[in-house]
Amino acid sequence: MNKIFEFCARNTWKLLGTLLVLLAVFPFVFTSSYILRIAITVLMFIVLSLSLNLLIGYLGQMSMGHAAFWGIGAYTAAILSTKLNVSSLGTFLAAMLVAGVFGLLLGLPVLKLKGYYLTVVTLGFCEIIRLVELNWMDLTRGSLGIAGIPPLNFFGKAFKSSRSVYFIALLLVIFTVYLVHSIINSRIGLAIMAIRDDDVAAASIGIHVFVYKVMVFIIAGMLAGLAGAFYAHYISFIDPSGFTTGQSMELVILAIFGGLGSIPGAILGATILTVLPETMRALMEYRGMIYGIIIVVMMLVKPDGLLGRVNFKYIRQRLSAEKAKKQEGKSHE
Amino acid sequence: MFLQQLINGITIGSTYALVAIGYSMVFGVLELINFANGAVYMLGGYLTLMLYTGLVGNFGLSFALGILLTGAIGYCIDRFGLRRLRAKKVPKITGLITTLGISTIIENAVRIFFGSETKPYPNRIDFGQITLGGVTISSSQMIILLVSVFLMTITSLMVYRTKMGKAMLAISQSQEASLLMGINVNAIISLTFIISSALAAIAGTMVGMYYQNIDASMGFSVGMKTLASAVLGGVGVLPGAMVGGVLMGVFETLGASYISSGYRDAISFAILIIVILFKPSGLFGRKQITKV
Repeated sequence: MNKIFEFCARNTWKLLGTLLVLLAVFPFVFTSSYILRIAITVLMFIVLSLSLNLLIGYLGQMSMGHAAFWGIGAYTAAILSTKLNVSSLGTFLAAMLVAGVFGLLLGLPVLKLKGYYLTVVTLGFCEIIRLVELNWMDLTRGSLGIAGIPPLNFFGKAFKSSRSVYFIALLLVIFTVYLVHSIINSRIGLAIMAIRDDDVAAASIGIHVFVYKVMVFIIAGMLAGLAGAFYAHYISFIDPSGFTTGQSMELVILAIFGGLGSIPGAILGATILTVLPETMRALMEYRGMIYGIIIVVMMLVKPDGLLGRVNFKYIRQRLSAEKAKKQEGKSHE
Repeated sequence: MFLQQLINGITIGSTYALVAIGYSMVFGVLELINFANGAVYMLGGYLTLMLYTGLVGNFGLSFALGILLTGAIGYCIDRFGLRRLRAKKVPKITGLITTLGISTIIENAVRIFFGSETKPYPNRIDFGQITLGGVTISSSQMIILLVSVFLMTITSLMVYRTKMGKAMLAISQSQEASLLMGINVNAIISLTFIISSALAAIAGTMVGMYYQNIDASMGFSVGMKTLASAVLGGVGVLPGAMVGGVLMGVFETLGASYISSGYRDAISFAILIIVILFKPSGLFGRKQITKV
């Protein structure tokens, strides 16, 4: 296992390039709309898992309300595009904005809370948002849901085929990975992780805990809102039953299964846990149970998630240090 | 009208309190939210029903067996799901995910074996009703209240007055030190799980009888509500969990009848959030002091 990680760390850029090429070729190799549908779902869950990872993995705030932001984004996009005929670019931006505002609304008051109190408040937040979606008949049509959401259209051009939707989803994933990666590897990221490890110590060295926490809540909310807008346009029908607390928990499971605080982990977790239930279609009614068993066994065998303890940056540094040592040894000879 | 709703609220709230005690006890000992507790509550109701219709036919006996079986399942959750995690000293969040997984397993198993449609439930505690000054109290309500109060008293006595309770307190402070003092840590933790599961089973069965139906999804929503009530009262404090549970029941019943039935749960969650924001450690919780 270590060898694989070392190999990955050594050839990060080559592997990344290969992966991108493979992803670009993918829809031309697998043209079946069923497989493409799974691929698009996977890509969307990657965005959600990454945004949640920012909250749980990097900031250390156990949020159980992430599906609410997803739903807010989806409903914003659905309402704007069906009632006001806004194009997808507009709905995407609006969904991010609205979800971000709700991120702020949730973030501001819960900042004094710690641990499980925060978890329960986010959980209550998710339930309240779902019930508003369910009961505000004029705006959301309640449990009937909003149907007939137009497909994605940018600059007057509609993207209807699965292949084009796939590429838009891929672009969203690349955007999200780039954003999360640059946040984590900046001063902000260091501050966030310092807050995660010890917020009192972080405050004492001049990190503005409050600002950073609110910032992460807003960014995570916006990304989830973006995924929601994409989902609404893609699936063309949404109803409140998709954005429940149960769904929030599944998102948490995605993030933890892959490994908290790891971008490749979040991607891997979302991919495996989305594809896995599809491969078990034959077992239909046992699917949920097997899913549960996998999670329990996974936690027993590898409690940190798949890539939770694997720090590629550290492995790379170690490898280059070893290399430098070897060269030094040679030059001494 | 108001008094009537208040009584209905207290009745359902007292069953929430029983489940909330389970959350609170496990949290007190392990600092872990046992998300499987809601599923266990639902499972308890189903097991009693299964024993009643399938095997025994005697409700009292099947109720007792149902409680025992659910307790055994509580033991299994701890023994096979969580004990090894404790031994490995993994972060607390891992245990939480395990309990989420277990709750998924239980819910889906129930769906497979019993079907996901709502099932009728026999009400064996319905002996008529009495009317007192315009307020109608059915015998089911009285029995539920009495049983809940009785169980709450017993559990409180057990936790605050016996050696076992002292052992729980010791474990919550330090597992290593408790081991050194000769406390059988694993046994006490298992016992906590057994008690919390048995309480949940009793609550599940009583609610099944009260509403005269049961379905597989009831575990989840009640799990959320009772977890919220445990936090409302202050996690880890038993009287807090009881008051929280009753308050939750009253809020939701009054909210449903005076404001809007669709927003019933939203109202109780909104109140929960407001309380936590003003009193972050819950109504009865001790203020946490951050040591640096």
